[in-house]
Amino acid sequence: MTIRTLRDYGQHYRPRMACLKNVEVFVVEMQDPKSGVKGADQKLNVTIIPHVINGQDILAWIVTKMKVTTEEAQAFGTMLVAYGYIYPLQNHRKLVLVPDSTLYRFQTPYFWPVQKWPAEDIDYAIYLARRNIRKKGMLEPYEQQHYDNLHKWMNPKWDFIVMQATEQYKANKERKKPDRVVLDCQERAYWIVHRPPVLTFDVVRRTNIFLTQALMRSAVKSSVSLTAFVKFVTTHHNHDPFLTTPVPSNPWITDSDEFWQLNSRSVDIPTKLSVERWVLSFWELISDPRGRVDFKLFLKKEHSAENMAFYEAAEEMRWGAASAIPEKSQFIFNTFLKPGAPRWINIDGRTMGLTVKGLVVPHRYVLDAAQTHIFLLMKKDTFYRYLKSPVHKDMQKRALVPAPHVFTDAQLEANVRNRNPGVSPILQWQQEEEEKAAAAVAARPIDVKAMVATNKLDRK
Amino acid sequence: IGSHNFKEICFFERNKSCKIYSLSFFFLLPASALTTGIYMIFSTNPEMATQEVQPNETLTNLKAESDTLKTKLEDERAKLHDVELHQVAEKVDGLGQFIMKTRRTLKGHGNKVLCMDWCKDKRRIVSSSQDGKVIVWDAFTTNKEHAVTMPCTWVMACAYAPSGCAVACGGLDNKCSVYPLSLDKNENLAAKKKSVAMHTNYLSACSFTNSDMQILTSSGDGTCALWDVESGQLLQSFHGHTADVLCLDLAPSETGNTFVSGGCDKKANVWDMRSGQCIQSFETHESDINSVRYYPSGDAFASGSDDATCRLYDLRADREVAIYSKESIIFGASSVDFSLSGRLLFGGYNDYTINVWDVLKGTRVSILFGHENRVSTLRLSPDGTAFCTGSWDHTLRIWA
Repeated sequence: MTIRTLRDYGQHYRPRMACLKNVEVFVVEMQDPKSGVKGADQKLNVTIIPHVINGQDILAWIVTKMKVTTEEAQAFGTMLVAYGYIYPLQNHRKLVLVPDSTLYRFQTPYFWPVQKWPAEDIDYAIYLARRNIRKKGMLEPYEQQHYDNLHKWMNPKWDFIVMQATEQYKANKERKKPDRVVLDCQERAYWIVHRPPVLTFDVVRRTNIFLTQALMRSAVKSSVSLTAFVKFVTTHHNHDPFLTTPVPSNPWITDSDEFWQLNSRSVDIPTKLSVERWVLSFWELISDPRGRVDFKLFLKKEHSAENMAFYEAAEEMRWGAASAIPEKSQFIFNTFLKPGAPRWINIDGRTMGLTVKGLVVPHRYVLDAAQTHIFLLMKKDTFYRYLKSPVHKDMQKRALVPAPHVFTDAQLEANVRNRNPGVSPILQWQQEEEEKAAAAVAARPIDVKAMVATNKLDRK
Repeated sequence: IGSHNFKEICFFERNKSCKIYSLSFFFLLPASALTTGIYMIFSTNPEMATQEVQPNETLTNLKAESDTLKTKLEDERAKLHDVELHQVAEKVDGLGQFIMKTRRTLKGHGNKVLCMDWCKDKRRIVSSSQDGKVIVWDAFTTNKEHAVTMPCTWVMACAYAPSGCAVACGGLDNKCSVYPLSLDKNENLAAKKKSVAMHTNYLSACSFTNSDMQILTSSGDGTCALWDVESGQLLQSFHGHTADVLCLDLAPSETGNTFVSGGCDKKANVWDMRSGQCIQSFETHESDINSVRYYPSGDAFASGSDDATCRLYDLRADREVAIYSKESIIFGASSVDFSLSGRLLFGGYNDYTINVWDVLKGTRVSILFGHENRVSTLRLSPDGTAFCTGSWDHTLRIWA
């Protein structure tokens, strides 16, 4: 990252010159008296402003000249306004192209963004000072804020700024009224582009709301949370390859990928270290693919596999594609939630009621309450029963403790030459999807009537 | 944007004039999901921010209220601050000497490497560089598996999909595009490219959420956004930063609902993905925050900044708890990541080095040399066996 100066506004205030040169060409053409946009004199607050154009004409000209659709012309027109080539006369804060009788004017080339000098703070300070001289209290709240900041930051130069501002103010008074109005409009438009108004009220209001919420949220004592960090570090010490050498060996150091093979999802017997990690918390158990397999095996024995299935289905919906939501929610409702569903999950009446009601207009978070309930049920009850179960105890006994590799230099060199390319993750993903589909088919309830109809059941 | 009517979900009554919320939904939520509940309830609040000016509300009044609230919050937090991290860490054993070396050097990029990400299979990585090239490597064998040339330069963000079947990348084109990977080496990946995110300024970081179907992006236009990959639809946008957002990281917790972002406004904000609200904000850095990373437990995060410090923020105590700095470290940290247990913090710096910090004790454990230009990106592998660094010297290195 480049070292940023204190008042660097980043890319917003340094427009990309190349594209603007192209825009310039168009703007010049637009102002052509014969083939450009037709302008007229407009009476605005007693003064007559020369050469005013309206939004509709601009749009029509862009459509014909660039041979584009109305939407594209609208977008391009808005860019012209946003960058300050055209400025609106009345609603001067909103920099968009409105395709009706809204009035605009072309900005004088002096104020075009492609000019070599950036919109300096000192110029802005002079501008604001001049407005302040003209009429006290004429500055808008965000301008007042800018003015105060600039005054604080540019204090040493302030005399110079005030002097410049007074000179300009006197020079301005010498001009004719219509010229003065036009110049004012142009300058104001220029500064709106380069110092966009910040909705100060909203910003402060938002900060206040945020602070009120922060106060209402309860924080934890430092001693409690910091001790938790130490505890986490201590319990995970043996699992951190940087602190405890992994067994059999770190693949990156010895070029042998046995460590990955022993910890893969489809391995029969997991390593002791993995099993120890599963015990740490329910989340660690289901985050490890091999652990989840073990847990599901236990659930199957307990005949409460529907909880995990529901959790996984809800996760899929929450993180899945938006277009799949109606279909998935329907499937989940039919399989898990409706009365008499084949894999009905046991949640309390209130949550069930809420969820079913929400499913009328499904959105991706509609199952959150039910999912949290099921997750906590598994975490606080099923997990502990799993830890005491024969499935788990058996696994703990059988878990492997691989012997650490001791490679000679020659063997290490051989390892380097024979690095295992492994399986492409794409193939592995396809395999997993197939397994999932097969499992889904197997989990479907047997339709007795259909089987009878096709004479599959022998009734004799 | 995801205009969920929270009233239907939450079933609470809201008294608009006096900011008191009766929470009948409160009792439905199990205790640990309480925090999520509160954020959902307050999510409708911001509508009040854009109301018309009330007669007794002037800017000065609002600002005064702001100041009183700030001091009150600081006092409340100070009351809970009863011990420092290094005090708690006194009982913990010190760390021994570390031997960390470059185990692989991946050469192939023609220009500065800007970003990289690991695949869930723990050995493949995707990296992007300034010349517009995005390369997928099998870091274990150092073979290049796929390469894509983006139509723009400065590809500042890239991410590997959780399934391993796609990569996302973006940069100065203001977009985030997803490229599905194919087993066929000769296939032109650019043909199947899918444009997902559209920002109004450069893309600084992107990350898939728990599936291939959603992407979280952060941009130079000061916003973060959550997108649906299939349709390219904007699901949620996150406004609150007042300058470019440079980095983001998703929380590893079981609820998986939050993420943290850091920006040029020196703030690190924690966001709720459902409502789009900023839940917590930390502003203690003295310069741009280049990188944020969650602690493995999800209860804290670290940040690396141009002010040459890395800091640790505790989310539960809502405060900064450690500063990792040294007088001899003057150049900014571009990228940080924790080791698996959270004991070590790896920081890649702009002075071409990598500093390894003891998170609990606050001391530097090791300094690693090897890169010939600034380290731009650093990430730990999914199983914690190694970490990868990308640098402006056109190479990537795997350290273990």
